[in-house]
Order: sequence, then C-alpha cells, then structure tokens
Amino acid sequence: MAKIEFKGVAHSYLRLPKRPEDYALQRMDMTFRDGGAYALLGPSGSGKTTLLNITSGLLFPSEGQVLLDSVDATRLPTAQRNIAQVFQFPVIYDTMTVFDNFAFPLRNRKVREPEVRRRVMQVADMLGLAEVLNKRASGLAADAKQKISLGRGLVRSDVAAILFDEPLTVIDPHSKWSLRRKLKQIHKELKLTLIYVTHDQAEALTFADEVVVLHEGRIVQVGSPTDLFERPIHTFIGHFIGSPGMNIIPCKIDGPAARLEGCAIALDPNYATRAARAKGTMQLGIRPEFVRYRPSATEGYVPAEITQVEDLGNYKILTARLGGHLVKAKVNEEIQVAGSAGWIGFPPEWTRLYADGYVLN
Amino acid sequence: MMRKTLDNRAWLLVLPMGLLVAFNALIPLMTVVNYSVQDVFDATHRVFVGADWFREMLRSDRLQAALVRQFVFSGLVLLIEIPLGVAIALVMPRKGGWATSLTLVLVALPLLIPWNVIGTIWVIFLRPDIGLLGHFIDHTLGIHFDYPTVPIQAWVSVLLMEVWHWTPLVALLAYAGLRAIPDAYYQAARIDGASAWAVFRYIQLPKMRGVLTIAILLRFVFSFLIYTEPFVLTGGGPGDSTTFLSIYLVKIAVGEFDVGRAGAFSIIYFLIVLAFSYVFYQVLQRVGTGEKA
Repeated sequence: MAKIEFKGVAHSYLRLPKRPEDYALQRMDMTFRDGGAYALLGPSGSGKTTLLNITSGLLFPSEGQVLLDSVDATRLPTAQRNIAQVFQFPVIYDTMTVFDNFAFPLRNRKVREPEVRRRVMQVADMLGLAEVLNKRASGLAADAKQKISLGRGLVRSDVAAILFDEPLTVIDPHSKWSLRRKLKQIHKELKLTLIYVTHDQAEALTFADEVVVLHEGRIVQVGSPTDLFERPIHTFIGHFIGSPGMNIIPCKIDGPAARLEGCAIALDPNYATRAARAKGTMQLGIRPEFVRYRPSATEGYVPAEITQVEDLGNYKILTARLGGHLVKAKVNEEIQVAGSAGWIGFPPEWTRLYADGYVLN
Repeated sequence: MMRKTLDNRAWLLVLPMGLLVAFNALIPLMTVVNYSVQDVFDATHRVFVGADWFREMLRSDRLQAALVRQFVFSGLVLLIEIPLGVAIALVMPRKGGWATSLTLVLVALPLLIPWNVIGTIWVIFLRPDIGLLGHFIDHTLGIHFDYPTVPIQAWVSVLLMEVWHWTPLVALLAYAGLRAIPDAYYQAARIDGASAWAVFRYIQLPKMRGVLTIAILLRFVFSFLIYTEPFVLTGGGPGDSTTFLSIYLVKIAVGEFDVGRAGAFSIIYFLIVLAFSYVFYQVLQRVGTGEKA
C-alpha cells in the first residue's frame, strides 16, 4: 500500500533561494493514488527527477511535506521508505552474481537466508532471469541489467511503490518493447504504485493510467492520455504532446468569432461569450488531427494557401498558410490535394481558446 | 586476396625509428653486454671471460641479500601505500569547488619535488638536533634516534620517506577512480539499504579496480628501481642495511669501478624488471578488456 502525497512541496538546489526561478520544483500539491501507474512527462530540466528523488528520499525538499500513506515521511531516510527506484543507467553490483544482486537489499535488511532464497527465486522467475542466477551480473546485456535493478526493488516484500527514472534510455528498441510489457504485467500482478519519468510521450501514453506533465518545475496538467490529447489545459501541453503538436495561433475575439489575420473563425456561441470576458493574450488552439481540408470553397471554411504536403503513408500532413501563420492539418491519405489554393475548417467542438497560455473552459 | 608488393624502399620509412631505438636502447645496452663478458684491465688490456661474471654475481651473497631487501621493501611499500592512498582518496571532498582544488594541490605537492631534494628534506627533517621529526622522536618521545647508525631506524626512515613521497600518486589515481562512479550507484545503494562498508566493498572497490591495478604496477616498478632518495638519506647504510639493488649496482660500477661485474648485474637486474613488466602488461591488458563488459 502506498499512497504518496505532496503537500506544499517545493525544492531548490540553492541554499538560500529568493526568486521563483531559483526553485527546481515550484510549490505543489499532488497525490499519487495507491496502485496507480503514473508517468511524469516533461522536457529536460522540468523537475521530473527532482520530484522522483524527493519521493524516494534521496533528496529532502526545501519546503513542504511528503506523506506516505498519510504518515509524514518528509525526513525519513531512503532505506526506511517502502519505495524502490530504478535509474536511467542500470546499476548492478559488478562483483556479485545475479542471485547476490537480488539478495543484496534483503541481506542488508537482515532477512533470514531461506526467505532471501524464496524471494529471489520468485522474482527471478517473474523477470525471466532464473537461468542466469549464478552468472556474474556484469556480463549480461543492458536490458537484463535493468531487470536486475528492477528486481532489487521487487524482492523487498515491504516495497509498495517503484519509481523509474527514464529506465529504457539505454535499451535497444526491441527489448524496450518487451521490458515495457513486463512492467505493465508486474503492475497488474503486484498492484504496486508506479511512477515513471520519461521525456518520450509515446512511452508515457502507453504506460500510464495517468500522465503528469511538468514544465519549468510546475505540474501543468494531470490526466489520462486522452485528456491530455483532447483537452490540453496549457499551450505547452498542446505543443509537447502529439506529433505534430497543436496549432497555436494568436487571435482576437470578435463577437461569435475568433479573428485571425485576415479571416474569422466561427466559435461555439457560448464559448465565444465567455472568451469575450477573458483577459490576457488570446490564442486559438486546434490539433492537426481535427483541422479539416476541402479543395474548393465550402461554407464555414476559410481560404488558405497550401504550401506543403507530406505523405507519411497512412496519413498526410498539410501545411497551410493562413494570413501570416502556418497551420498543420493531419488528413486521411485518400484525400487528394489539388493546387496551392485550399479551404480549411476549424470544427468548433475541437477549437480551444487560450488566455495567457491557459485554456478557457 | 590482397596482393602484397615488395619494395625495399619501405625500409627508409622504418629507418628513423630504427635509429632512435638504436641510440636510445640498443647501443647503450650493447656496451653493457660488452662489459659483462670481458675482464677489463685498462684501456688496452681486456680478456673475454664468457659468462663468468654472471655466474659469480648470481652466487654473490651481497646481491642475493640486496634482492631480498628489495622485494621486502617493494612489498612493504605496496602494503602501506595502496590502503593509505585509498583511504586518503575516500576522505577527499567529492564535489568540485575551491576546497577540492586546494586538496588536490596539497596532496600532489610531494610528487612535484625533485627526488634528490626529497632526500635532502628528509635528512634535515630527521636530524635529532634541528629536524622537526628527529627532534620530536629523540627529545619529546625520549627514544634515542640516530638513523644513520641504527639499521631498523634507517629502514623505517627510508620507508616513511617513500610513503610520504609516493602515496599521493595512489591517492590521486584512486580519487580519479572514485570520481568516475556515477551518482546512481550511491543512490541505488541507499535504496538497497547498504551500509558504508558495503558501499565501499561492492561499489567503490570494484569500480577502482582498474586504477588500483595501475597504481600497484607503477608503485611496484618505481620502488623496485628506487635510487636517489635513499642514496641521499642513508647512502645505503648503515652497513648494507638499506642497500637496494640500484644502490648496490652503483657501488660496484662507480665505487669499485668493477665494470665486468656491474655489467653482468645490470643485465640480471634488467631481466628481472623486464619479466615483471611483461607480467604487469598482461594483467593490464586483461583489466582493459574486463572493463568493457
């Protein structure tokens, strides 16, 4: 059982932080459900690893409290937390056999030898390493080594949460796939809380029930992969998730429409009324998947110059020039693009407005 | 199949290297070989004696004693300097910054001093009347200290000087090895609940294996060839008690001007060092490949 709660946690690597920029992790509240599979997604330097290290106790936060199962564990040493962590590069004890590697955390905790043997066998079976138990760990391939790192967490009967810090970085693509499946399977069987740091969105979206997006030390959005895709609450998430990212275009609200340079895009009337009251710099956002294309004039569509067509097999990406801005549209491969003149449409149900970067609801 | 063409002009390409090796190694070595098989009376009178000098030197009690002394000395040097160097490396600051730079310079200082100056420093340092350590032992501790006449004190003095001079090399190598260990290892060890001893035994020591092998090899060969510092400090005395191989060699060659014996001894000495270098080279090669795994 491990519910992990952050209460007003903030962290700075400086001794006397003054400005908000001095913090690697801005003040935040966050709860990781017991048994949840979370992905921490964000670019380099967004505070993912800091968040992870605070959870495992490798780092004590400058401010706030960390609660494990509602008990304050802010200053609890790493070894006493029921949390294991797997790092970017496999950590194995070179001089030991695979068996001794697995047994190491148990022996350090003075677990009796028959019990050590039983747990190690069980975990080795689960990870498919039973055959190599008596081999030197240093001679194995990277993915086997990473499994050993993971196994050292799994052998401990007290462990209720495992944290992963970009664990598949050094693994080749094929093994990556099978290792990820193994992780999902272990999550299902053992009902552990998993927190998985990555900057690879595909990895995050396939692995996690919930994705936590970090940007400049802040949690920007927590949601299911679908939420993040369909309802990004910040332009950063629109950009960061999806390929190509969301189209973000500066606009002004004019009655029931959003006015871009040289054209007006009809909005949902209720949405437009609310948008008219919003303050700040307005931007219109729409995913390329939802932008429509027609070769000829169509009601509700705006004329645009098609500057580029990329055929990517089962879909095409069109780049359209609309006033001074480029809009990407992901369209079906059957759609034929004729000439540089075209008409593009923005379905109101998928067209979002952002004020100072944050979505209007 | 690749066709190999024969062209004798290629020898021209090898020639500079050949000349270099000849002047650097072969010709001086041949002079020694030349001396070792002759009995030289003066500039014009010499007799070919074959392997007589070799046979005589190998049976020589003084040489055998010097050889034993040399091995004991090199063994003690390794036994003291390697653990001490590792211990120093472990307490040196791990993070960068001015404290680290200062420590590095302070630790490296003995390595930067010319060897004969080291001997001179210790001669003064150990004087019972004005030397800091000598005076301390003699007056404060009340132990009669006169290393030039007491063999055990001479031995300890030479050993102490050698440890002071060369442990920094071991410490710096070990420190480099420690710095190369990624943080994740220490973090994983904390999560695994490892004690400080377990971290040393299962992470730091194995990760230092490569640099420590190099340290052991270098320290063995250097201490096996040691000459300058003990020569300045004790001159090989009292008696023969600190006469190591090289000091003994110089005694024969320059002191007694017995070039035949000295030549034979040189070659024996050279072969011993060569044999050890070969073994060490093989070990080093294996360490190199072992690291790749």
